[in-house]
Amino acid sequence: MIEIKNIYKKFGKLEVLSDVNLTFNKGKCVALIGPNGCGKTTLIKSVLGMVIPSKGDILFDQKSILNKYKYREQIGYMPQIGRYPDYMTVGQIIEMMKKIRNSDAVLDEDLIKAFELEKIFDKQMRTLSGGTTQKVSATLAFLFNPDVLILDEPTAGLDPLASEILKEKIIKEREKGKLILITSHLLSELDDLISEIIFMQDGKVHFHKTVHDLLQTTNEQRISKAIASILKSKQ
Amino acid sequence: MNRIIKIIFLDILKNKIVLAYTLILALLSWSSFGLEDNSAKGLLTILNVILFTVPLVSILFATIYLYNSSEFIELLLSQPVKRKKIWLSLFLGLSLSMVAAFFIGAGIPLLVNAPDSVGIMMVIVGCLISIIFVALAFLSSILTRDKAKGIGIAIMTWLYFALLFDGLVLFLLFQFSEYPIEKAMVAVTAFSPIDLARIQILLQLDVSAMMGYTGAIFKDFFGTAIGLMVSFMFLCLWAIIPFYISLKKFKNKDL
Repeated sequence: MIEIKNIYKKFGKLEVLSDVNLTFNKGKCVALIGPNGCGKTTLIKSVLGMVIPSKGDILFDQKSILNKYKYREQIGYMPQIGRYPDYMTVGQIIEMMKKIRNSDAVLDEDLIKAFELEKIFDKQMRTLSGGTTQKVSATLAFLFNPDVLILDEPTAGLDPLASEILKEKIIKEREKGKLILITSHLLSELDDLISEIIFMQDGKVHFHKTVHDLLQTTNEQRISKAIASILKSKQ
Repeated sequence: MNRIIKIIFLDILKNKIVLAYTLILALLSWSSFGLEDNSAKGLLTILNVILFTVPLVSILFATIYLYNSSEFIELLLSQPVKRKKIWLSLFLGLSLSMVAAFFIGAGIPLLVNAPDSVGIMMVIVGCLISIIFVALAFLSSILTRDKAKGIGIAIMTWLYFALLFDGLVLFLLFQFSEYPIEKAMVAVTAFSPIDLARIQILLQLDVSAMMGYTGAIFKDFFGTAIGLMVSFMFLCLWAIIPFYISLKKFKNKDL
């Protein structure tokens, strides 16, 4: 569904992505992991067209996304740090997004109910805590029933209850055959969610394996242990 | 397109600064017509308002607004909206509100007290100046990510066009006073939207008779229909070119 072909990105002299080649297919739940500053968020933002790659191409349903915007109708994005206009209320933000999308698709308001967002509909965005802002971001990502969900550190900052709600929601959407892309540092959280894993380092893809393969080659039961043993054997 | 412009326009209207700007313009305009015994003197006072306050408020307000809506821009970019559309909607929303503020504040008293060609000319020129300086604000805010720097560039731009440019022109005039540079001066004015606006309006007033030989040359050029068209075209270019450059940059910006 999404193909990333020989992507390079430089910020000034700093090379953030170099020769990244990846393919993501429908129905998969892919985790993107790696140390801080390895280019995960830049890669995600390139797929969204927020960062424009220096070289290379990205295909969405076999069509290049460069200078396109329509394909974003099929993507729900939850940013790492959601930034919203300070003086708008939660309700206004959701209303505004509905107006901007202007889609006829059935809205998925599960998370509004699950997170009890109605209670804070008239609160301004700047008064919200980091975790509550994350809840709003998550709700907006799922709201329009997109085929692809891109979640950047979805559970960071959420309380255990909320992150459990979000995880259940992610599993539910995966079952519907959607493509889900997650970046995370909390490897223990990923165990029951993901089917494929991508490890990035210094702007390069280190490996791209299915979870099954990864566990088998390392003889481990859990993803976090498997990754740790790979990192150890490398040193 | 319309949905986003509407959101932006309503957001700006809620801003109290625009309201205060409208009220101050109205106060200045009504009182300058009320205090002077003939409307020509009132017109000259408003001329100075148009040439100093309007550009300053337009460029500063638009620059700050753009920096403050960086979150809004980021939010829109992850949605199925064209980049060009976002930038153009911001430009139209800001221009529309600055023009509306000018028209309500200064335009109405102008049309009531001086309903002749001078009054109409001043309203048109004031609206154009508002749009031009909004466009310059777009350019200065796309040049740097740093808000303080961006606002600094905006203030310098205003200072240059409002004060420094005239100083430079005077300097040139004195340095080259031995030479026949009157015709060249006409061309030099094209490099500053404020000067273009000033000459446009002064030539409509009777005071142009006092401007001497250079004034006569100006009248010769700007007084004709072609001269008028050319200078209006230049004013339009002053709005289009800065905005176009900023649009090009915005299309390739990483957020």
